[in-house]
Amino acid sequence: MAKTVDQYFDDLRDSRVWRSVFRSGTGSSTLKRSLAIQQNIFLHLFSTKVRRRMLSFSATWYLGTLTFGTFLILVLTGILLMLYYHPSVPQAYADTKDLQFVVSSGLFLRNLHRWSAHAMVFLVFAHMFKVFYRGAYRPPREFNWVIGIVLLLVTLLLSYTGYLLPWDQLAYWAITVGSNIASAVPVFGDKIHFMLLGGNLVNANALLRFYVLHCMILPLTAIFFIAIHFWRIRKDGGLYAHQGEPATLKQAAVAKEAQ
Amino acid sequence: MPNEKHQILSEPGGTFDRRTFFVKLGIGSLGIAAAGTAVFAYQFLSPNVLYEPSPVVNAGKPESYPMDSVTLDVNSGIYLIHAKEGFFALGAVCTHLGCLTTWKPELGIIACPCHGSKFKRDGEKIEGPAPKPLPWLRTWLSDDGDLMVDRGAPIRPMEFLKV
Repeated sequence: MAKTVDQYFDDLRDSRVWRSVFRSGTGSSTLKRSLAIQQNIFLHLFSTKVRRRMLSFSATWYLGTLTFGTFLILVLTGILLMLYYHPSVPQAYADTKDLQFVVSSGLFLRNLHRWSAHAMVFLVFAHMFKVFYRGAYRPPREFNWVIGIVLLLVTLLLSYTGYLLPWDQLAYWAITVGSNIASAVPVFGDKIHFMLLGGNLVNANALLRFYVLHCMILPLTAIFFIAIHFWRIRKDGGLYAHQGEPATLKQAAVAKEAQ
Repeated sequence: MPNEKHQILSEPGGTFDRRTFFVKLGIGSLGIAAAGTAVFAYQFLSPNVLYEPSPVVNAGKPESYPMDSVTLDVNSGIYLIHAKEGFFALGAVCTHLGCLTTWKPELGIIACPCHGSKFKRDGEKIEGPAPKPLPWLRTWLSDDGDLMVDRGAPIRPMEFLKV
């Protein structure tokens, strides 16, 4: 008798190579499925069990996941853009124009990076409002709300530092204005301004500093806090459900009919 | 038992035993190292040499500025103004958030394109959000008869340079 596709997958999962990588073993028992999540370095941040209702669109509108999705797009397109961009005064603007008009798919990648950045800022705010109006920030989730605020600030700083990199008039004056806002900090304002720009003017040092912040320091900070943010969902008892919110949509429908 | 010995040695009375001493020594040296790192980080992040343009600007011969003219040099960010009382220079960088202002000859005012601050020709503020007037800058004649302006040296207003 010919094997079914499922049987081929079962054979694959039973092979020595597969089992050396995924140690939870085959089978679809609750235990095996829990182990598959728990023993995966990326998935172990998440809960092994989720209320089915929480996976429906209406519970979260998937705003957090979509934000993370735009972040992944930004990391990917950003790394590709770095291959053609030199963070130096004579080259930055010319490289941006090359990306726009000369490099194959450069226009697409740059636009994708730009629009994903706008989308990420929008989605971060939407996610924040959704969490707020659902009341999902309340104990025991108040610390994860704080982590979320840190991530909001990192997102805005990523937008701000990326703004300078095209090195056009808009970038130059936006960063001149923005960095002068930092000077308004009491006592240390001028020192912060000087350290941020690496000088008194938006110049070569400022371009390089913003590049390093944009491509290294801030993305690593974001990844660090995103990991904590995801892990805390599990630690704080999974995605927030209202008291008495049914575990599945089916139960919700039954309850509605009974009324 | 080692624990008993430990307790006996750390009896109240001001003396502490070897273990406490090393713990305090360790924490203390970590604190000193952290403070040193903060100082190093601050010094490292503040450049000692800047490759920025000189604050002193050569604005050329006084004859090239007609009477009652306001000339903006966009590269150095200064106005050179030839008034009846004499020459003077104004910083053209807006005192609000650092945008470059521009002279509006049709209105006879200096205006900032970013947030709408307006100034009179002598730098006095007409309307905000700029918190301060545009600064007067030290102006003098070089030995060659060129007008010199020091952008880093603000002076009191109404100190004209007679040529």
